[in-house]
Amino acid sequence: MSENILSIQDLNVDFQTEAGVVHAIRGVSFDLKPQEVIGIVGESGSGKSVTSLASIGLLARSATTTGTILIDNQSVTTMSEKELSNLRGTTVAMIFQDPMTSLNPVYTIGWQIVEALRAHQKISKKEARVEAQRLLELVGIPQAEKRLDNYPHEFSGGMRQRAVIAIAMANQPKVILADEPTTALDVTVQAQVLQTLRTALEISKAALVLITHDLGVIAGFADRILVMYAGRVVESGLVDEIFYRPAMPYTHGLLGSIPSIDSVSSVRLRQIPGSPPTMVGTHTGCPFAARCPLRKEICLTEEPELKLVAASTNSSIGSEHRSACHFADEVVEMPVASMFPDSSEDFSEESK
Amino acid sequence: MKTNVTAETDVKEDTDLDSSGMSGESRSQWALARRRFFHDRLAIFGLIIFSLIIIGSIAEIVLNPSGYQDLTGDYNQAPSWHHLFGTTTIGIDLFSACMKGVLQDLQIALIVSVMSVVLGTTVGALAGYYGGKLDTFLMRLVDLILVVPGLAILIVLSNQISGKGNASLYLAFLLGALSWTYIARLVRAEFLSLRERTFVEAARALGADNRRIIFRHLIPNCIGTITVNATLTIAGAILLESTLSFLGLGLVPPEVSLGMLVQQGEEAATTQWWQFAFPASILLLIILSVFFIGDGLQSALDPRKNRARS
Amino acid sequence: MRFVIRRLTISVFILFLASIFVFLLVAFSGDPLAQLKLDPRTPLATLQYRRHLLHLDLPLWERYFYWFSHAIRGDLGNTIAGLPVSPQLVSHMVITLRMVLVALVFSVIIAIGTGVISALYRGKFIDRTITFTNFFFLATPVFVTGLFLKFFVALPINQHAGKILIYTDGDQSPLADGSFFHRLPDYIGHMILPTITLILATYATWSIYQRSTLLETMDLDHVLLARSKGLSRRRVLLRHMLRNALIPVTTVIALDFAALLGGAVITETVYSWNGMGSWFLEGVGNLDVNITMAYLLVTAVFVIVFNLLADIAYAALDPRIRLS
Ligand SMILES: Nc1ncnc2c1ncn2[C@@H]1O[C@H](COP(=O)(O)OP(=O)(O)OP(=O)(O)O)[C@@H](O)[C@H]1O
Ligand SMILES: [Mg+2]
Repeated sequence: MSENILSIQDLNVDFQTEAGVVHAIRGVSFDLKPQEVIGIVGESGSGKSVTSLASIGLLARSATTTGTILIDNQSVTTMSEKELSNLRGTTVAMIFQDPMTSLNPVYTIGWQIVEALRAHQKISKKEARVEAQRLLELVGIPQAEKRLDNYPHEFSGGMRQRAVIAIAMANQPKVILADEPTTALDVTVQAQVLQTLRTALEISKAALVLITHDLGVIAGFADRILVMYAGRVVESGLVDEIFYRPAMPYTHGLLGSIPSIDSVSSVRLRQIPGSPPTMVGTHTGCPFAARCPLRKEICLTEEPELKLVAASTNSSIGSEHRSACHFADEVVEMPVASMFPDSSEDFSEESK
Repeated sequence: MKTNVTAETDVKEDTDLDSSGMSGESRSQWALARRRFFHDRLAIFGLIIFSLIIIGSIAEIVLNPSGYQDLTGDYNQAPSWHHLFGTTTIGIDLFSACMKGVLQDLQIALIVSVMSVVLGTTVGALAGYYGGKLDTFLMRLVDLILVVPGLAILIVLSNQISGKGNASLYLAFLLGALSWTYIARLVRAEFLSLRERTFVEAARALGADNRRIIFRHLIPNCIGTITVNATLTIAGAILLESTLSFLGLGLVPPEVSLGMLVQQGEEAATTQWWQFAFPASILLLIILSVFFIGDGLQSALDPRKNRARS
Repeated sequence: MRFVIRRLTISVFILFLASIFVFLLVAFSGDPLAQLKLDPRTPLATLQYRRHLLHLDLPLWERYFYWFSHAIRGDLGNTIAGLPVSPQLVSHMVITLRMVLVALVFSVIIAIGTGVISALYRGKFIDRTITFTNFFFLATPVFVTGLFLKFFVALPINQHAGKILIYTDGDQSPLADGSFFHRLPDYIGHMILPTITLILATYATWSIYQRSTLLETMDLDHVLLARSKGLSRRRVLLRHMLRNALIPVTTVIALDFAALLGGAVITETVYSWNGMGSWFLEGVGNLDVNITMAYLLVTAVFVIVFNLLADIAYAALDPRIRLS
């Protein structure tokens, strides 16, 4: 029995595709304590969604999974579909990226919340409706009672995502997996929805896995950060440590690509040149080597382990600063993002 | 994953600014499609059956050009080595007749298919590209043709056919004139969605005129859909033609078609089973094989739409 | 409601166009007096009289107007034999419709059932069996199915039993009398084979379509969200996948109604039914203009009504359309 609410050990996920086997996740491990917020960042295709889908047992059929995933000390990978559906909603819930498509267009918002409630609680439709209204009010939808009878297409994007949050909260789960909950929204709405999510967490006392490729979103929210690249965790640690003392060139690159508000003049927008490797077949060496300005001989031949950063200031178990770089101890001393060329002219190649 | 099926267009063209596959990728796209097709067991099965039937019918016509009307003097003979499919009541070798019928049907079906592609693509492209009043008009026309069962229209018009010299050509044109609507709808739908895509806007911004955009950018993107439906139209045409022949409309002797043979075999179906069974089976096999080929093409060319199998 | 009225207006307009289309089709399909003219013994006066009866001496548009203004009042003119067309049409239509509607209902049930099973067990043996069967029936012409069932299934069974277990000819026994309920078993007995034939010719396309739409639904976000709520497999399948997949399937089914009527012509021929289809075939054979036009017009009405129903069903199933 561990105190972790979510515990992933050596997760590997492969997809069989026409082009060959895609190694989407390679040896990912991390733990999540109750009420903790962990952020996962990384470029598109780095395996963030696959990690979260695996955690709730929703991967496509073409996936093969190895390793262990424990949610509330129950093994997700070995559960039957029936056991899984008992777990989903009550222990773990999910929020998807695109609120435009994640609600069923043919049912009212109220219906879909009530459905979630009644899937796990023995309550009458009337009681469920009252509860649904309360949930909608909680996530900040005005005139909730009337809004219950609206269809998704009558809601704005932000409101839909709030409704999805309401559904996620419906059965007081212990973990919420939020896969880029704000990416599809307008910038102005993003902050509001994040605020809603925060409120939801406070009320439900759930832990959160917050996936995004936007470090700015995570900064004020998460306790810890996992940086993913090419299906691996390449750096992990407390937020401050990742932000101020990144120990992996890739993280430097990511940090360089957020425009910094307090230092507009000094730090210009930087880009990581190149694109992530394809995950078909096997590779040798560090997957980031091809794009890394600090690349050495060893990077091309040996893949670095995710190991403790020696200069780490924090050493409490589970939140140590770790990095998968042969030169982590040197990188951690460098000024943030300084190693990448200034890319203000090269705006068009923005990598998402 | 989005896969675009495109024709091999000239990569160096300055207007080919497309982001979605109108470039060097196209060659490998085709290679991939070909590989998918040849890994599809039913499609291969269809291709083999289809080829066998065609080879058989061409061989028979070459070796025995008048076999389908020669009276052999063997009446109502059961299948044997001498008469593979047996003989008819008036002593015609059924194998010869069936093979002749296959060629006749295919000839008609090919014309129908080509006509449908030309008409359907033109109408669909015009409606989808220009939209507005032209679109409304053309689509109402399509609706109108679909409002009465195609078979009923053919039945009415087949009066015109019988007795004409080149009845089969006439019939082919009639079928073609009724069969293009499906392709037109599909092409229109693809045009509507492609029209808004960035590469079309880029081409337009670079001064490409409408004709160029349609022929170099849009139609190549519809090739997959068109190919698949051209194939399916062949099956549809054979179905319709045989049905008309079965009703005694459309083609009349001395011409031979499979539907006609089935109809002639009907009388004797219980006593001389082969007179019904062989033409009917050949008819079924040929349509079935074309369907399998068409479906194989569909999943090879457009894997997003898992049409019947996936 | 406004939606329904708008669709209704469009339907009426299309029907009007269709009537012109049908009229022109028949007008250009051949001269009803051709045979008469060929016979040198036909007196000129007779020819002229017959031409006058058929209004062939009027210009085309006047003929159309004459026909249309009568048709609208339910008078579809007379047959060549001089009998009014409308009552004949109705009596034949009843016969055909009872086959077509029953076949429609069963086809829909079978198509949705097999489509769902096929999608659920994708790639498994049962899926492959269903898919192959679907292709098989898709490729089999209606008359081949019909003749096969008649000669190689029903007749041998009857022969074996020594009496008629399965009727193969006609829509009812010639001597049947008594009340409707009394004759019901006889009707049903005659319907079995033709209806099965029509079902086999119809359901396959829909089954294939149902399967592929369901599979496309499978990976959609809202289905993932539904599963992440902890709903049972069954509930996800019925409430979130099938419910949504029904929207396009309904349209396809309604659009295929024309094909169903076409199939009925063949089935009636094979089983010697005295329905609308064989009546029409006979009319065409006799160059009976009014019968031909009556049939075409009525099928057009059916097809348009079904499209209208499809639109309404679509709106009922999809709130995005209903409320816009
Ligand atoms: N169903 C699938 N079949 C095949 N490959 C898949 C499938 N799902 C994901 N992948 C592959 O797994 C890898 C990781 O994908 P994932 O969706 O987790 O990326 P992500 O980090 O969430 O990216 P994004 O920021 O775009 O959401 C990608 O290379 C992707 O192509
Ligand atoms: Mg993702």
